[in-house]
Order: sequence, then structure tokens, then C-alpha cells
Amino acid sequence: MTQDAKLLEVRDIGRTFGGLAALSGVSLTINRGEIYALIGPNGAGKTTLFNILTGIYKPDSGNFRLEGVEMAGKKPSELAKSGISRTFQNIRLFANMSAIENVMVGRHCRTRASVLGAILGNSNTRAEEKSIAEMAKHLLDYVGLSRHAHMLARNLSYGDQRRLEIARALATEPKLLALDEPAAGMNPLETDSLKRLLETIRRDGVTLLLIEHDVKLVMGICDRLAVLNFGKKIAEGEPSQVCSDPLVIEAYLGAS
Amino acid sequence: MDIFLQQLINGIVLGSIYSLVALGYTLVYGIMGLINFAHGDIVMVGAMVTLTVARLLSDSGLPGPLVLGIGMLTAIPACMAVGYLIERIAYRPLRNAPRLAPLITAIGVSILLQNLAMMIWGREYLSFPQILPTRTMAVGGASISAIQLLIVASSTIMMAGLSSLIRKTRLGNAMRATAQNPEVATLMGVNVNTIISITFVLGSALAAVAGMMVSAYYGIAHYDMGFILGLKAFTAAVLGGIGNIEGAMLGGLLLGIIESMGAGYLGTLTGGVMGSNYQDVFAFFVLILVLIFRPSGLLGERVGERP
Amino acid sequence: MKKHLKLAAYAALLLLLPFATGLALGKTWVRILDFALLYVMLALGLNIVVGFAGLLDLGYVAFFAVGAYCYALLASPHFGLHLPFWMILPIGAFSAGIFGMLLGAPTLRLRGDYLAIVTLGFGEIIRIFLNNLDTPYNVTGGPQGIDLIDPIRLGPVSLNQPPGHAVYSYYFLFLLFALATAFVSTRLQHSRIGRAWAAIREDEIAAEAMGIDTRNVKLLAFAMGASFGGLSGGLFAGFEGFVSPESFTLTESIMILSMVVLGGMGHIRGVVFGALLLAILPEALRYVGPLEQSLFGKIVVDPSGLRMLLFGFSLILVMLLRPAGLWPSPTRKRELLAHGETAKHENTDIYDAGR
Repeated sequence: MTQDAKLLEVRDIGRTFGGLAALSGVSLTINRGEIYALIGPNGAGKTTLFNILTGIYKPDSGNFRLEGVEMAGKKPSELAKSGISRTFQNIRLFANMSAIENVMVGRHCRTRASVLGAILGNSNTRAEEKSIAEMAKHLLDYVGLSRHAHMLARNLSYGDQRRLEIARALATEPKLLALDEPAAGMNPLETDSLKRLLETIRRDGVTLLLIEHDVKLVMGICDRLAVLNFGKKIAEGEPSQVCSDPLVIEAYLGAS
Repeated sequence: MDIFLQQLINGIVLGSIYSLVALGYTLVYGIMGLINFAHGDIVMVGAMVTLTVARLLSDSGLPGPLVLGIGMLTAIPACMAVGYLIERIAYRPLRNAPRLAPLITAIGVSILLQNLAMMIWGREYLSFPQILPTRTMAVGGASISAIQLLIVASSTIMMAGLSSLIRKTRLGNAMRATAQNPEVATLMGVNVNTIISITFVLGSALAAVAGMMVSAYYGIAHYDMGFILGLKAFTAAVLGGIGNIEGAMLGGLLLGIIESMGAGYLGTLTGGVMGSNYQDVFAFFVLILVLIFRPSGLLGERVGERP
Repeated sequence: MKKHLKLAAYAALLLLLPFATGLALGKTWVRILDFALLYVMLALGLNIVVGFAGLLDLGYVAFFAVGAYCYALLASPHFGLHLPFWMILPIGAFSAGIFGMLLGAPTLRLRGDYLAIVTLGFGEIIRIFLNNLDTPYNVTGGPQGIDLIDPIRLGPVSLNQPPGHAVYSYYFLFLLFALATAFVSTRLQHSRIGRAWAAIREDEIAAEAMGIDTRNVKLLAFAMGASFGGLSGGLFAGFEGFVSPESFTLTESIMILSMVVLGGMGHIRGVVFGALLLAILPEALRYVGPLEQSLFGKIVVDPSGLRMLLFGFSLILVMLLRPAGLWPSPTRKRELLAHGETAKHENTDIYDAGR
């Protein structure tokens, strides 16, 4: 392979809030095509790291690179454009737009029709608009929501809303898809089908990063994972390795 | 005459009024996250009521300060009632509505108050009867009038009172709790609806006093006087850090001084090109500058951007 | 086929309306129709900002003023310039757009309420400048304004010719522009830009995360809305032949906002309806004065106050009872009616999720 195996390199990221270190010196590497998980007890700094990687926070120190390009300090929209897309823990769909419109919004950063184009409706714009709709339809189909294409997002079931968020994120053609507790609040059946969906997405060439509370799900699906505790990375590796790490066991059992 | 000192004194007087009005914005904002657009118009109601009472009693032979006192004591309950009604009718039903909704009703209320006032008091400028002594005191080349002293003294007392009310009483505790987190406050046994009503009523009482001061100081009242005054007081609240009580006081004073210095020196500075007719522009530029460079205000802790 | 018939019927109605009105009610009412069409343009412009992107602009009339004064300065004896209207209108729209960007740039990253206040202040400031920029150089004509503004000319024909029929010719010009703005609004709404605006209105954080540069897209909404205002301002100046700061008060901004809110934010037909309703209905109040005179022998209630009272009430009542407007768009209706859930959604705080 000519392409570098490393997709995302995180180096020495640190961030404090009001004097408290939420993260300090966290480094990790996510390889192309893997499912990488970030776990840790409550308050370990997972969400902070996640928010840094998706541009909501700026790191106080350290940096991270996507395919070797420096990303730290970019706005969320720039990160999405560069290829890091995300979902939200507490679902943030465009509640009063239909499912398909939600996905179409995801195409925004990959399309270019200008105000003038929109007004004139020239052939380029029309073709682009058609491709947006087609891709959105395809993605809804991909996550299994094509029946609900014209339903308002707010009226979808919980599990479907989570899927719609994934479809919307995929519409931005991410290299790295970051999922914030995708299984939160799901029943075992839904979790199971989510797992299959994530595996399909990975098979189709998108690298996945997930934060998850559900350790069982994580262990069953991810290739590698990192464990955070008190803002520091205490372990990284394959699930079986990490599971037997005494530090990890202590963090999970000793702390709680 | 010492222009600098005189403008400083005028600025402090003006600033005391701004502070009182700014407190009304900040109290409501702190608790509900809502800008009460109609607040300036409550000040107008206060001014109009005081003025009406003062006119009725001006020939009665009662001493001026007493007349003013009676006017104020009439204006306060009137404004409190208006404030209470506004909150109940126009804001409470929309407490969980999208943000735009209460903002729009607030504007509606403001227009309503202005035009009702126009119908009651007419569209002319009303002059305040000359009931206070016009004597002035000389202080190092500048002069202070009785009304100026009165304004500064009474707004200081009111602000001190409000501060200790909020810091030291049960009610103040409940208000601060509601401002922090209404849901938790409810769990702690705070009746949030009552607290919000009280906040509006308190702010309206301050507005009534401010209205009395404005009309007596400038000797004039008009049905749309609340608009520019409200805009400036809001600027003062933002300057100090909206939601922050001390911030509103500081912001009010600062804005008063900036404006009055500006009005005093702008003509000289620009070689007569811009005069005091641009006075109203200052507040606006201050607002824009604060929003650009320090959206959280001088004393504000919250970030001005979205929560 | 049926659709064509309907379209033809609408066209016939719009074409015959001024003549029928003129015959039945007199030219005053044709003039009112002309103004109603200007208001349609203004309301559609404000709708882009408030309805599409969800940003509250309380000083919208300032952009109208910019357009009007652009026209007045470039086509009147004031500076001795007499540019043709097809040059001035774009200049006016463009300048208004620039003003919109200048105003929006520092404030659009802040919460919506701040924007409301800043635009409110801006509307007043523009008026203060218009009132005072007659010294030391007479730029704006001060409180007297600028008069003898050139009428709009199509080639060699002035729309003021033949005398007395101007209200009819301007009706058709304004109709054309109003239809064009409605068309542009519709096209924008159903484009990727319109979807981005809607996304921002729905959830700004999610929109940003989906790769929408929210700042730029909001600025765009602001500039587009402003340029609609500037365009109508130019038409207004050419029609009236006279501009002064008095035409650009807060009252006007509120009136335009009322039209958008009353009709139904974000719904183009609703907004047009709201504009027509509020532009025409209050004119009936002009009969209230004489009526009061004949009934009570004096003016009991000031009719112009009554008009504003009507706006105030309409804003409050619509928000309380029909938050989606009298003629809501199907989706917006669902959104505004679903109170609790939306608010919760908006308040969700992802920024403190860190620790």
C-alpha cells in the first residue's frame, strides 16, 4: 500500500477547565479502516477529547493530524470538510426537517451551488441538486430508513433517529466518522443492528471512532481501543490486551 | 467653569439612572435568559405617572420633595402592576417556546405600552412642573443641583438595598438558585413562577424610580422616551456583563460618563463637525465594541456565545 | 390544463386589480396597492433573515433607507447626478447588502437576542446620521431630506407620464419586482443554501458540525435580506420623488416584522399574505378619524396610534395563539407548535459535557 496506514495522529493533547486538567498529554493513533474506541469511567475526559477532535474545543496544548495535515484549532465546519464527521450523544437532528432533508444538509460541504446558481437554476445547479437527492436517498437506504424519507426527523423512533444521524454524517463523505455513545439508550436488539451497521460502514472504507459506555459493545466491535482515566491515557491496544490490564481493571472496579 | 468636572458630575448622574434601568434588564435576563424589550417602556410609565401626580399637586402648596415622593409612591405600584401583567400575559405562556417567540411578544408589548401611553397622555412632550429648588452648589468649578444629588443618593441607596436583598435574604437565595438552574431550584422547593414574577415586579419598581428621576431631571416626558433609554440601559447591562448585578451598576455609571464626556468634548475634538446631536450614537458604538471584544462584559463570567 | 387556467386567472386578476380599484375607490387606493407591493418585497427580504435563518432583525428599515438614499443621491439635483434606475437599483441593493454584512459580522456569532438589540440600535443610528449629515457637508439633506428625485424611466418614458397615471405604471413595475423577489426567495429556499439556513435555524451546533460554515451562511442571509431592502428602497425613492429620515423609523421596521410574523415566518405565501393584509387593512383606519369626528365631534382615539396598537396586538396574539402565523408553512407549523421539545433541544448543553 502506498497510503500511510495512519489516519489520525493525536499528540500530547492537553486541556484544562478553570484550572482543572480535563486532559493531559494524551496521544493516540487511529489507523485507516479500523474501528477504534475510547472508553473510560465518567469524567475521564473522553468527551473532552471527542470535542477537541471535532473542533468544539481548542486544545490548550498538543495537536492532531488527519492524514498528516494539522487539524488542531480548526472550526467544526472545517473539520467536517477535512473529513472528520460526527454524531451527537444527545441526538441533534434538524428536528423539523424531513429525514431526507437532514441527509441533504450533510451534502452542503461537498457541493458548491452559489446564490446565483440557486436563483438561475442553471444546468449545473440542477444536476448537483439531483445528485444531492440521489445520494441522500442512497444513504437512507444504506442505514435502512428509506421508508421514512419524508417523515420529520422529530417523529422518527429513537433508534431511527440515531441511524439518521449516522446517515447525515456519512453524507459529508468522512474519512473518520466519530460516534458519541451511539448505543446510548438502545435496547439489545437495536444495539445489535447498530453493530452490524457500523461493521458495514467500516467495510465500505470509513474509519470509525467511538466513545462508548457500553463496554460489552465496545469489546465486541472494536479493533483497538484506548482507556482514559483522570484525563490520561492509561492503556491502549486490542480489546483482549486492554481487558487484562491491571490499571484498567482498577480504573473500572477500584474507582467505582 | 471646569468642563471636565462638570461633565463627570453629569455623567455620574446620568449613569445612576442607567444603572437602575440596567438592573431591570439584568435581573430578568439573569433569571430567565430573556431580554425584556418592554423594560424601557415601563420606565416611561413611571415617568408619566410621576409627572401626572406632580402636575396635579403642583398647586397644592405641598413642598416639592414631598410631591415628588408621592409621585414616586404612585408610580412604583403602577409599574409593578404593569410589569407583573406583562410577565403573566406575554412571557409566561411562552417560557418553553423557541427563542424567537418571547422576543417577538416583547416587542409587541413595547409597542402596545407606547401607544397606550400616547392615547392616555397625548403625543406632545409633557413638561414637568418646577417643584424642586433650582439652587445649585458649587464644587471646584462645577455645579451640582439638588435633583442631581437626589438622584445619585437615592439610586445608591436602592442599589445597595437590592444587593443585600439578593445576597442576604431567603428571597435572594431563591432568585440566585433559579438563575443557576430553574429545574433544580424547583426540586429544592423554590416556586419558580413566583420568583420570576417577583423579579419582574422588582425590576419594574426600579424602573418606576428611574422614570421619576428622568422626568424630574430633564423636566420632560414623552410616550416614546423609553425606547432610547431602554437601549442605552441595555447597553450598560451588556457592558457590565449581562446577568450580573454589580455589572449593571458599573456598566450604567461607565456609560453615563462616556456619554457625557463624549457630548462635552466631541464638538471640540471634531472641530465642530459632530456635536452633541450624536450623543445617542455613543451607546451604540460602545455596545458593538463590547460585543466584539468582550461579549461577556466587564464583570461577566458567562461567555457571550451560545450556552 | 387546470393549473394553466388558474394561473391565467391570477394573472388577469393582478393586471386588472389596479384599474378596478381606481374606478371603485379612487387613485388613493391604487397608491396604497403600490405601497402594499413595496411592503411585499420588504417582508420577503426580512423573511429570509427571520423566517429562513431564524435571526431576529429589528432594524430592517435601515437597509430600506440605504437603498432609498442611494437612489436619491444618485438621481436628483442634490449632487446633480442623474444615473438611470437600472444602474442605481443594483448599487442600492449592493450597498444595503454591504451594510448588512458590516452589521452582521461582529454580532452574528453572538446569541440571537444580541443581534436583535444591535439591529434595533443600528436602525436608530442610521436615522440619526441621516438627520445630521447635512453639516458640515450637506450629504443627506438633514431632516428636510432630498427632493426632486428623478422618476424611474424606462428608456425615454418616465413612469410619471402621462401625469396623474403614475400610480398605475408604478403598480406594474412594483408587481414585476415583487414577483421576482418571491421567485428568488422560493428558489433560494429550495437550494442547498436554503437548507443550510433552515439547518442553522433548527440547530446551529449540529449545522456547524455538518460542515456548514454557520457564520458565513448567516452573513449571507443577512446580506441577501438587506439587499432586498435596498432594492425596495430604491423603488420607493423613485416613486415618491422625495426621501427624508421620517420614512425610516422603528415603526416601519416593526411593521415589516409584524407582516412576516403574522403571515407565517418562513412561508413565502404566508409572508406575502401578511404584507398585503397589514399594508392594506390599516389604511381603512383613515376613515376612523372622520368617523370619530362625526360621532363624537372630536378625535377621541388617534388613528395612527390605533394602527400601531393593532401591530402590537397582532405580534403578541399571533405568538401566543398561532405562533406559526395565519398561513403557516406545513413544516414550520409543526415546529413552533411543538414547544417543549424544541426548547429542551435548544438548551442542551454540549459545551459543558467535558468533565
